[in-house]
Amino acid sequence: MHSDTRTPLPLKIAAIGGLVFLLAPIALIFVYAFTTEEKSFQWPPPGLTLKWFGVTMGRADVWEALFLSLRVAAISTAIALVLGTMTAAAVARTRFFGRETISLLVILPIALPGIITGISLRSAFSLLDIPFSTWTIVLGHATFCIVVVYNNAVARFRRTSGALIEAAMDLGADGLQTFRLVILPNIGTALLAGGMLAFALSFDEVIVTTFTAGNQSTLPIWMLEELIRPRQRPVTNVVAMLVVLVTVFPILAAYWLTKEGEHTEGAEK
Amino acid sequence: MTEAVSFRGVSRYFGSVRAVDGVDLDIRDGEFFAMLGPSGSGKTTCLRLIAGFEQPTAGDIKIYGEQAAGVPPYRRNVNTVFQSYALFPHMNVRDNVAFGLRVKGAGKPERHKAAEDALAMVELAGFGDRRAGELSGGQRQRVALARALVNKPKVLLLDEPLGALDLKLREQMQEELRSLQRALGLTFVFVTHDQDEALSMADRVAVFANGKMQQVGTAEDIYRRPNSRFVADFVGSSNVVPADFVGAGPHDRWASLRPEDIRLDPLGHEAVVTSRAFHGRVIKLGLKLGNQSLTALIPATETLPQPGDKVRVGWDRARVHVMGNGA
Amino acid sequence: MSAGAILPARGGLAPRLLDWMMRHPAMFTFLLVLPIVLWLGIVYIGSLIALLMQSFFSIDEFSGVVKHEFTLSTYAELLRPANFDIILRTVVMAAAVTLASAAIAFPIAYYAARYAKGKWKALFYIGIMLPLWSSYLVKVYAWKLVLAKEGILTWIFEKLHLMWLLDGLLALPVVGGNSLSVSYLGTFIVFIYIWLPYMIIPVQAALERVPGAMMEAASDLGATPGQSFRMVLFPLALPGIVAGSIFTFALTLGDYIIPQIIGSGRLFIGQAVYVQQGTAGNIPLAAAFTVVPIVIMGVYLWGARKMGAFDAL
Repeated sequence: MHSDTRTPLPLKIAAIGGLVFLLAPIALIFVYAFTTEEKSFQWPPPGLTLKWFGVTMGRADVWEALFLSLRVAAISTAIALVLGTMTAAAVARTRFFGRETISLLVILPIALPGIITGISLRSAFSLLDIPFSTWTIVLGHATFCIVVVYNNAVARFRRTSGALIEAAMDLGADGLQTFRLVILPNIGTALLAGGMLAFALSFDEVIVTTFTAGNQSTLPIWMLEELIRPRQRPVTNVVAMLVVLVTVFPILAAYWLTKEGEHTEGAEK
Repeated sequence: MTEAVSFRGVSRYFGSVRAVDGVDLDIRDGEFFAMLGPSGSGKTTCLRLIAGFEQPTAGDIKIYGEQAAGVPPYRRNVNTVFQSYALFPHMNVRDNVAFGLRVKGAGKPERHKAAEDALAMVELAGFGDRRAGELSGGQRQRVALARALVNKPKVLLLDEPLGALDLKLREQMQEELRSLQRALGLTFVFVTHDQDEALSMADRVAVFANGKMQQVGTAEDIYRRPNSRFVADFVGSSNVVPADFVGAGPHDRWASLRPEDIRLDPLGHEAVVTSRAFHGRVIKLGLKLGNQSLTALIPATETLPQPGDKVRVGWDRARVHVMGNGA
Repeated sequence: MSAGAILPARGGLAPRLLDWMMRHPAMFTFLLVLPIVLWLGIVYIGSLIALLMQSFFSIDEFSGVVKHEFTLSTYAELLRPANFDIILRTVVMAAAVTLASAAIAFPIAYYAARYAKGKWKALFYIGIMLPLWSSYLVKVYAWKLVLAKEGILTWIFEKLHLMWLLDGLLALPVVGGNSLSVSYLGTFIVFIYIWLPYMIIPVQAALERVPGAMMEAASDLGATPGQSFRMVLFPLALPGIVAGSIFTFALTLGDYIIPQIIGSGRLFIGQAVYVQQGTAGNIPLAAAFTVVPIVIMGVYLWGARKMGAFDAL
């Protein structure tokens, strides 16, 4: 790092300005959740109230959407964890024909615009005669969630020396024992990080979902409908705030986790 | 007497690369056996074939008379000390050492006791609770050794185990390994590219190049009676000259003459000094004798000739080794 | 010590299966990648290709039925002014968003990577990760609040007596509009906001990987701070910027939600695809529209790979 710690002032202003730009809109969500204004987005709010929290709690459609989103995210993450780890193991540990193709294949669903993935999957489902259900949503989400688990796992596999696996086998551990006692503990945090990302990605996804959901609504679909045809703005305000709160916790957790990592890394030097 | 390890016509190809190419090899029970060669010579692949990380493309491997080809590493009663040590970073030292016993189903008290004993053997008693990351290079090396030995393997494989240590520590570990091997009476198979290490530690040395075993024998055999130009050059340095030049045989054979066997001799051949380097106890002279370049190591106590000087040199005919014509 | 050199095989099906796989590593690798290849390689790629094939069919203008004959007429339709405008509008927007994101992201990444310490470093981490992880729709919604005519931005301009500036911006041809939330300017701001973290993170990673000694070497060799930045730091950060631009460019090309909620109501490629495959029922034209971003991104990724951007991901 720089030994010169004096920061040029224009840089500081630009950086902090950027930070305000990034955070202010999210902060605004918190204020609007309490506004008494029902029909417009008036600023400053004419008054503050807690009334809309109660109204939101009583809304069955919000709860249904939330539970569907959680269920879909959990199952998609589980599938992505298994498939992503398997693929990462194959790609990182061995060289085989088509290895490059597979890493490209995994990235494709997230590299291509969501609408293309959405339409393709929709046509695949109708071609295979699969009726729309929670499972079609899950399949769609797992398709693009694999890549984040894969990316995290493949990087960790590459850093985990192949000699560790050989050492385990040399000491008498069979394949299962090697996986359970050596591989899993070494890639565990990478899988945790990948899994958290996959969960967040799935929980928030809207574009692919519009094509792979039948008449079920995930929370983002519910939000989208409210955005296009607002029915009850105050309820949307409250839901938006709750969604932000739900996402803040994993970020703070991830921050503390990585901060711990930095400390031990520093201690080794 | 059953051989500890025996290779018959063993080959291992990686695609078109012949990493190991038709090796016949016998390692005796209880011996300290070194496999010496430059990188890419096939010595490490041979070790990995014994450990079971590689399977032979062709040929037959027996360990204590039992067929080993096709047997996975975890079913071989053979353990390895890895070049990188490969200590498990997520376990403390005790759990590292006890790993082999744990996967074989030993109970916790039993394996902890065995781990402590093994750690004591490598003079690391009381280090059980530390993490691998907190140890020095030499300590990690000892943990790796204890982790392998605790399983009481039939053969211990060591893959350049001292390569990462500095000189002082390396010399100390060489002695410790040697005495440990004697005390345990265990078969050690040791891979190194360091000829001094191989010669000083091993009962017998096998020299590898290009996937083939070039020569096998005691350290003295290999050094005094190299059977090829490659061995003569790789193990120590040597003047490889036509046999008739040193008066030891016909022109179509090659002979090896070690630099330290050339001495200043007032009755010897006249030579011109082309270079001189001071090495402490000895000086290294580049000589031109007729058209033949030679290297000589002479004691530094002698009067020191300068480049350009004419000197007379000679050697003992018994020190000249005539090699096969395949050289 | 009495154990033999070779231990007996363990009983049970799983250990035997694993023994077998150890001896056939190629088979093991094959089994590991099999599910991915089946799902992504066959079902996903298959339907992708099936979709793209549709672009070589056309639709009968009278009956509205897809004619399954090879033709390039659907692609020709893309060049009709109404459709070509959509493509042009989207590409220009993606390029503008990418450039603006890079310009805004660089100082943030640079400060976070090289100067921020302790509390500031934590703040920057959260400041970048929070918007990245927050719900996409919530972020879009937040901007609907910000940009609304009765919203906070108008209020700020009023308080600062800068309404003339806002009105001036909105009076601009093409990019302006009735209010920010129904103008290209609004769409542009929201795109930048939503994709900005995707630009900051790779740039910051690239900058953090530049060893301090390298900057010292540059100044040791006589470079002024400006020269060190231009000749050493910036070239080393460039792969990070290119990596970030892959995200900002691709994501803008394919998005159809943001312009639908905040914008002038004129279509972008994503919306055109949605409309054509949905209400208009013209699958061939929808497919032809999807080919456009794929081709653009293919060229873009190929170029980015040449610049080593993938190492910065």
